Amino acid sequence: MSDPSNANGDSLFEILRAEIAAQTPVALATIVEADLDEIQRQQPGAPTTGAKLLLRPDFEPLGTLGNADLDRVVQRDGLGELAAGTSGIRHYGPNGEARQEELGVFIESFAPPPQMLIFGAVDFTAALSRVAKVLGYVVTVCDARPVFATTQRFPHADHVVVDWPHRLLEKVGDDLGPRDAICVLTHDPKFDVPAVIGALKTEAGYIGAMGSRRTTQDRNRRLSEEGVNEADLATVMAPIGLDLGARTPEETAISICAEIIAKRSGRAAPSLAQTSGDIHAR
Amino acid sequence: MKEILGDLETWRRQGKKIAIARVVDIEGSGPRLPGAAMAVNEDGQVAGSVSGGCVEGAVVVESLECLKTGERKIVTFGYSDDEAFAVGLTCGGTIHLFLEPLDW
Repeated sequence: MSDPSNANGDSLFEILRAEIAAQTPVALATIVEADLDEIQRQQPGAPTTGAKLLLRPDFEPLGTLGNADLDRVVQRDGLGELAAGTSGIRHYGPNGEARQEELGVFIESFAPPPQMLIFGAVDFTAALSRVAKVLGYVVTVCDARPVFATTQRFPHADHVVVDWPHRLLEKVGDDLGPRDAICVLTHDPKFDVPAVIGALKTEAGYIGAMGSRRTTQDRNRRLSEEGVNEADLATVMAPIGLDLGARTPEETAISICAEIIAKRSGRAAPSLAQTSGDIHAR
Repeated sequence: MKEILGDLETWRRQGKKIAIARVVDIEGSGPRLPGAAMAVNEDGQVAGSVSGGCVEGAVVVESLECLKTGERKIVTFGYSDDEAFAVGLTCGGTIHLFLEPLDW
């Protein structure tokens, strides 16, 4: 099965490993089931179990599943899985027919890690950046005040940026997607109103803003005055976090990250002991 | 598979034969999602995991067999939740693994 696939003669595994190490989005499609009859198996280039296709956005795929039509269909579907960051089996006919089941193709996505932007260089930010790292986020801390936004204060953050939140969002907002999170911890209307407005223009899957009930009410009023509609306002998780009774910055960080997970999975987040039914979605 | 790439690379450099088992599908309450992987080299060394510790022992046996035969196949481990409890498993559910030699 050894199949040197690029000009340097690197194996498909070697290329895959290098792309993952470089945090380039890449997906690997592998035929894991080939339920072909004798005639289909005799066809030249018939798909065989273990055949592979390496997929990258904006590049020609490497390798082959055995059949050009199948490669083309799997490339389309695989890049879709990669964009969503999901992995799973898809079924096709021997020539990529969508309504047939003879072939099972496992598409494994290696998407770059999700992003978390944290606005406000406060104690809660240090704790949140630590917990976010545990969950695999690339963490950016942003605050307009150079005295506070320092790498010494936020050693766990991948990037510490001195800028206004809405200006950072103008630069990087287009890159954010459903797997990414924006946490506004400034609880200063001068920063957090433009930050939330900027965040709402992105495709980030989670937007949360810290503050007391009163701060939240006040912020919502200001956001409405700035033209943010009710529906958008309702998507902002504020006050931020699950109702765990968290007190310390670390506990608060856990409550925020737990809320991000619950929102992604569409769960209300009670204790499992108080619910019944499936623990994981089927 | 991401988390075992370092071990795979080390073993490849040492010229070891390697079998990889990847979770390709789960039904019910599987603790690891599709893409979770473990690898076994010809010396029986193991990297990664494919469940909460329920089936790893059996996967090592299958992997060593795969290294001998070179055969690629799907192996299924399934337990009803009750059976899982009876034999001390935490996961329940069913996992489908794709086993193959790392020769690509």
